Amino acid sequence: MKLKIQIPPNKINTTIIAEVILETKVILNLISSSIHSKGGIMIIEIPDNMFDIVKAGFTSRGASVIPLDVSIKRDEDECVDCGACISVCPTRVFSFDENWELQADLSKCTGCGLCTKMCPHKALEIPEFD
Amino acid sequence: MSKTIAEINEKIKRGDACVVTAEEMPDIVDRIGLGRAAREVDVVTTGTFGAMCSSGAFLNFGHSEIPIRMAKTYLNKVEAYSGVAAVDAYIGATQLARDNTVDDIRYGGANVIEDLICGRTIELKAESYGTDCYPLKEITTNITIDDLNQAVMVNPRNAYQRYDSATNGSNKIIHTYMGELLPDYRNVTYSGAGILSPLSNDPEYRSIGIGTRIFIGGAQGYVIGPGTQCSSASGFGTLMTMGDMKKMNPEYVNAAAFTGYGTSLYLGIGIPIPILDENMAKATSVRDSDITVSIKDYSVKNRDRPVVKTVSYAELKSGFVEIYNHSVPTSPLSSFKRARKVASELKRWILEGDFILGTPVETIPQNLSAKPMKETMKIPLVGDIMDKFPITIEKTGSVVEAARKMRESSKNHIPVVFGPKNHLEGIITSWDVSKAVSEGTLNSVEKCMTKKVIYCYPDEKIDVAASRLSSAGISAMPVVDSEGNVVGLITSEDFSKLFSGRKLQ
Ligand code: SF4
Ligand code: SF4
Repeated sequence: MKLKIQIPPNKINTTIIAEVILETKVILNLISSSIHSKGGIMIIEIPDNMFDIVKAGFTSRGASVIPLDVSIKRDEDECVDCGACISVCPTRVFSFDENWELQADLSKCTGCGLCTKMCPHKALEIPEFD
Repeated sequence: MSKTIAEINEKIKRGDACVVTAEEMPDIVDRIGLGRAAREVDVVTTGTFGAMCSSGAFLNFGHSEIPIRMAKTYLNKVEAYSGVAAVDAYIGATQLARDNTVDDIRYGGANVIEDLICGRTIELKAESYGTDCYPLKEITTNITIDDLNQAVMVNPRNAYQRYDSATNGSNKIIHTYMGELLPDYRNVTYSGAGILSPLSNDPEYRSIGIGTRIFIGGAQGYVIGPGTQCSSASGFGTLMTMGDMKKMNPEYVNAAAFTGYGTSLYLGIGIPIPILDENMAKATSVRDSDITVSIKDYSVKNRDRPVVKTVSYAELKSGFVEIYNHSVPTSPLSSFKRARKVASELKRWILEGDFILGTPVETIPQNLSAKPMKETMKIPLVGDIMDKFPITIEKTGSVVEAARKMRESSKNHIPVVFGPKNHLEGIITSWDVSKAVSEGTLNSVEKCMTKKVIYCYPDEKIDVAASRLSSAGISAMPVVDSEGNVVGLITSEDFSKLFSGRKLQ
């Protein structure tokens, strides 16, 4: 899962990430980070089952942790129910119903983004993080 | 007993024709038999909705106050061909806007067509050299489809009878006009409507010919001939079609973009098949399981892509096919839901008497085939330009020996081999040698060589090999046979010599 970590301005010079990694022994995948005078924002990815411990690690150091909704957004006006997205999704989010209409089980989406490049109709998008 | 198209048209006008879709027909034939089906069913409607790259439209803009003979014409920055008189242009679906690249595909000819049909405004820009009769050299204006005298879709190649499906046997993801193909045969994509496919329901072209009236993009249009590359002889027929864009419905005309390929047009086409006799009742009772295609490996950069397997549309539509003992997910690229909608809409038109069958003035020959391009400048193969007697070293050899061989041959790369047949084990470069010197590990080539070697085969085209070399950022590759034994070496120098023309005879 992906998390947004907000670090207050007075904490950004500390080695907060390194500390959390050492303490929790969870391997964090840093997706993006931006640091400015008003504080820092980082997007990280962690295994789902590590959420509680990682969250505790950051919050105890004064940072806030927000889980990100990474599931794909489908623009139903653009979608033509071709089904191109079905075979590329590693977690089998997409399927056809008996009328050949596309169904999406978004709870299974990991936000990997493979389907966004596949969709010929630009109907699929991963929400942007700010 | 047989019927004629004129008789069926009489029934349509009277409102008592029996019309079914190509999806309904097989069960009807099973239930009541061919003889009765041929007597009772008058028309079977087909439909397909998918990417039809070979589509485009002739547009006529009318004359400007100071006339211009448009030489270069752009519609929302997409070039349209205007080498046809003064103010006509042909906009092709796959032409990209001039500020797009293959890595950034946002807008192309297909989008122009879609925007026109949706009634949106398009910027027209044209340039010319100016003549006495057409003095204007430049014009920029905004138009909609209503401002055009004609907007006629004329598509060189539509409605493929069936289409080979795609997979990827390489270890990298590839982006093709058959969509995103995952490495190691992890997905399969296919195109075409199978049971509803127009040409699969009339494979002998009994009723589909020049002048056949069809459903195209939600309007009534015509077949105007065999499509380009039509291979009616091998069951890969295509049709050339036309239709009036001003009457089209956006639901059946959609612009699409395939990542890494370009734009394309999704188009709905439906063809009514008159059931004149038992033979035609039989043809229209075709099922998905009767129509087979090959699954081809699109990672092979050659026209003749290897066939991985032959499957039927029934297997493809089941969602999974088996490849090398794995169950592999399949994706259609065309929409079966909309293909159904095309077939049922056409059925409704005929039932309501709004659509009368056209009688073809000429049929499409059943013996057409397509030939490959004649290439006068044959691209050489790796085997033609490689060093056929490369210096090699046994993996048991020493680094000092490797260094000596490099100096004597003035080569920077030496393939490391093993056994009597020179099986490729690795490659050692002058950089590996200096590293070994600095680390003091001089006694074993095997320890300091690069084990993951990028290599190529003698029968690969040199442009393919050259792009592999440059994308890996290396300057030499061993050439191996099918068993992995070294048969040559090819270097970036060999390529540059060739491309600069010195080695070309
Ligand atoms: S983003 Fe990845 S996991 Fe989510 S639907 Fe697309 S392919 Fe599936
Ligand atoms: S690939 Fe895009 S258009 Fe096709 S079914 Fe999926 S979301 Fe819809």
